[in-house]
Amino acid sequence: MKVLKIATAGSVDDGKSTLIGRILYDTKSLTDDKLEAIEEKSKQRGFDYLDFSLATDGLVAEREQGITIDVAHIYFSTPSKSFIIADTPGHIEYTRNMVTGASTAQASIVLIDARNGVVEQTYRHFFINNLLRIKDVVIAINKMDLVDYSEEKYNIIKGEIEYLASKSEYKGQNLTFIPLSALKGDNVVDPSENMSWYKGSTLLHHLENLETQHINDASQTRFPVQTVIRPKTNEYHDFRGYAGKVYGGDLEIGEEITVLPSKTRSKIKSIHFFDKEYTKAKSGSSVTITLEDNVNVSRGDMLVKVAQEPTITKQLDATICWMDKDPLQALQKYYIKHGVNDGQAKVTYLSSIIKTDFSGIEENPSALELNQIGDIQLKLSKPLLVDPYKENKSNGSFILINPKTNNTVGVGFIK
Amino acid sequence: MWFTYIKDMIMNQKTIQVDALESEAIYIFREVQAQFEKPVLLFSGGKDSITLVRLAQKAFYPAKIPFPLLHIDTGHNFPETIEFRDRLAKELGVELIVRNVQDNIDSGRVKEESGRYASRNMLQTETLLDAIEEFGFDACIGGARRDEEKARAKERIFSVRDDFGQWDEKNQRPEVFDMLNGRIDLGQNVRVFPISNWTELDVWSYIKQENIEIPSIYFAHKRKTFVRDGMIWSAADEVVYRDEEEEVVERMVRFRTVGDMSCTAAVLSEAVDITKVVEEIRDSTISERGARIDDKRSEAAMEKRKQQGYF
Repeated sequence: MKVLKIATAGSVDDGKSTLIGRILYDTKSLTDDKLEAIEEKSKQRGFDYLDFSLATDGLVAEREQGITIDVAHIYFSTPSKSFIIADTPGHIEYTRNMVTGASTAQASIVLIDARNGVVEQTYRHFFINNLLRIKDVVIAINKMDLVDYSEEKYNIIKGEIEYLASKSEYKGQNLTFIPLSALKGDNVVDPSENMSWYKGSTLLHHLENLETQHINDASQTRFPVQTVIRPKTNEYHDFRGYAGKVYGGDLEIGEEITVLPSKTRSKIKSIHFFDKEYTKAKSGSSVTITLEDNVNVSRGDMLVKVAQEPTITKQLDATICWMDKDPLQALQKYYIKHGVNDGQAKVTYLSSIIKTDFSGIEENPSALELNQIGDIQLKLSKPLLVDPYKENKSNGSFILINPKTNNTVGVGFIK
Repeated sequence: MWFTYIKDMIMNQKTIQVDALESEAIYIFREVQAQFEKPVLLFSGGKDSITLVRLAQKAFYPAKIPFPLLHIDTGHNFPETIEFRDRLAKELGVELIVRNVQDNIDSGRVKEESGRYASRNMLQTETLLDAIEEFGFDACIGGARRDEEKARAKERIFSVRDDFGQWDEKNQRPEVFDMLNGRIDLGQNVRVFPISNWTELDVWSYIKQENIEIPSIYFAHKRKTFVRDGMIWSAADEVVYRDEEEEVVERMVRFRTVGDMSCTAAVLSEAVDITKVVEEIRDSTISERGARIDDKRSEAAMEKRKQQGYF
């Protein structure tokens, strides 16, 4: 069955949790015991409706404050598709969690409260969707019941978002506008009787019919080696397999490949998956490959097709989202993790902070604070094998790790 | 799919069918092996850890699974599970480490609960932390899934614990794209969850597809049981506390989740084989952990246990 991973962004006030709860309820994905728990808690808190946020806000602190702090993963399926929702917080203090949840999403839902229209938070959600280059974005204009299901209100918001899209650098995005009421159920799973002027799909119908690519699909094949498998048993005495996941295109037996960074040429001798051998491995499969020649390959090396080489570089220009309380400053050193490859990186230049409300950039800042996004240049301790993020998401991104705390402090998108 | 198949036949090709969840889990296992010095697979004998074992085999084949299995035995496990555990470890040729909760009870380090809801489930934490320290494990691979429970829905794939085993839920490391940061300080360890993104139905479907053997208690069988708080408990063993007035009746049941006998309730079922179990799960309107009394103690039961170092 096809799996679609969707990121949602918005705060409790936008009705995000209600929307997710509504989807789960209308697709009959809430089991009786979970529904009972929600009914009981809602009653206990004196609500005369079902508070679906209780289904998703899983931490004590979240329920106390009535906000989403961290990404929750919610699973449901319809007869045609399985869905994973990464439910991310909308508050500015949790931008990093939003980036985390949305990084692997194939589609995203940006929630807007029809009464308030486009607000500062909408800009940020939209900005992050563009930064991550999420191809399918649904603008869900919620709480239509509170604006008398007004088409005019819908059109104003649609116009504002379209104007924002025109300012964005990423042009390949498909925007879909859906007016809905999560509380009343209009256009979520069932078509609305209150908005006959809207001719489009309901939210669920739209998501079910979305033809999406996996985020790791790319035109060029990359095979980063995770580990070398050497059983050293009698049966497999000389077996030397390179284990990893195929990204981008296919790999086939007999194909000529280049081992990077050594630039040694060889041919694929065999492709193994568990106890069987195959002639071909598609993008997304975790396999073990052997080569014709006895070449030196270790973790972090990469097998690529001849004439499809990535850039080998000791310097990176990137946009970075900062995720730590300790700000990023020029001349600081970090560990860098690029796919399965590790190295060290020094910030040579912090050139700008990019405003997430599309109002421009701040040049030559002294530091990049938590939840800010900026452009930097890095010097690397060893060459990395990279692609631009816009061409290859998995091979065009990296993380920075603080060597003192071992925490992941930033995620970078290579230019 | 059909087209690829025909094309493969004509061209005499064999293409691996990509299963995204399986592929992700294998990737995670390989990252654990590459990034840690001393990983261990937490094995309970339940369906999730049995699935983990199969995935680990696939990740390293034709080499053996490169780490031991660790079972924290409460002494209240179903006998079928224990028998199954020993046989599997032998077949795999992998070291099986067993640490007993009973030892900590005997030495007085932990106190056993009493009364009708008494369970040794909470006591496992102390024994687990002791074992981590004894062997110096830096990565503990577990079969928890995000769909099980709402605190688990927030869990990372690589989840850092301090030397008290504590989970700092408000300050988790961001996990972006495929990149897993396994860097830790001495004394810390990482809990790893390769099947985070699987649902209960995914696990059962996989067991069916792979034809994986599982303990017999997962299939419908006749068992002496009694009913309390609307749940069905096993009366076949001494372990589960039972009031005298609670009547024992033989019922056709199976277990959907296999924890301690004292905290795992059975469900009425006619599902005698894996195909029927998959069908039953697909049509079920009760969640898996609905049969776990340990989660019903309070709304935040799981989060509290996790903060204290539970699996």
